[in-house]
Amino acid sequence: MSPAPILAAAPHGFLSPTGVEIAFLLVGLVTFGAALITVTTRQLVHAALWLVVALGGLAVEYLLLTAEFIAWVQVLIYVGSVVVLLLFGLMLTRAPIGRSPDADSGNRWAALAVAVAAAVALVWVVADAFRTTWIDLTGPAAGTTHVTGASLFRYWVLPFEALSVLLLAALVGAIVLSRKARAGEDAGTGADDRDEAAGATPAPVPAQKDGAR
Amino acid sequence: MHLVYPAVLSALLFCTGLYGVLARRNAILVLMSVELMLNAVNLNLVAFDVWLSRAARDTLHSGQALTLFTIAVAAAEIGIGLAIVLAVYRNRGTSDIDKLRDTAEGPDDAEPGAVAAQKTEATA
Repeated sequence: MSPAPILAAAPHGFLSPTGVEIAFLLVGLVTFGAALITVTTRQLVHAALWLVVALGGLAVEYLLLTAEFIAWVQVLIYVGSVVVLLLFGLMLTRAPIGRSPDADSGNRWAALAVAVAAAVALVWVVADAFRTTWIDLTGPAAGTTHVTGASLFRYWVLPFEALSVLLLAALVGAIVLSRKARAGEDAGTGADDRDEAAGATPAPVPAQKDGAR
Repeated sequence: MHLVYPAVLSALLFCTGLYGVLARRNAILVLMSVELMLNAVNLNLVAFDVWLSRAARDTLHSGQALTLFTIAVAAAEIGIGLAIVLAVYRNRGTSDIDKLRDTAEGPDDAEPGAVAAQKTEATA
């Protein structure tokens, strides 16, 4: 494999990465490693904390791609609220602290085979398809708050408003799902006196999600 | 920047999330893996938006708008998903998705008995 002679005439060198590419590669390695630890660790709380590293690394990647508004939204919503929600969920389902030997199910090897096959196929196809494509990162940034806001409120207003309705529906749905059934309402399913603390759990869910919006 | 870098990183992250969804047993860990997959898609959208906004003069910035929508939908999804997981945990006393086999069909008839026993135990 030596496409260097062909691409030597191109304005971008194939084997001479720029500083942005090197930074992207390093942060990408950290992100990928944190994602791997997230899906393989046996300590459930550590999985959530490594997820913070992976999502924060992705925010840095967005910054390197000059999409700064997306990066700050990523930090706000994912690192700030989704991970907190996940930690609340782990806490409220009495997740064991420390190593839990049954974190992975029995079909782990089949899952590994599927994931590796999908990774090989996707990487091969993507690398083959975009081998000679470069992103031009010079010039004005493509994703500043000004640019993103202008395009969002000029061309995407209707989906944006529909999205707010969807978030409202999700909020109401989360409240309805997690509301404790009254005693007289349906005595047949009266299994929820098992955990009094869990009855008060959903309060963080809508609050956090509202903040996420 | 070479477009292959973000595209390959996105593919690898997606497959990591795929492995997590298939191999994890705790429902909340499955939700974390779903978040990883959604983030891989977001990275792809941002990278291709930055590329196309220069190369093909896509002035709509559709990639970044779709990324914002995906993030919002993921936030809604995680709220609903956690509410469901908590409701299941309150009713069954577990968030182990291998044990939630009420709608399972198949030859293993030993499982429904265990689940029924567990359900009565949870109801009592």
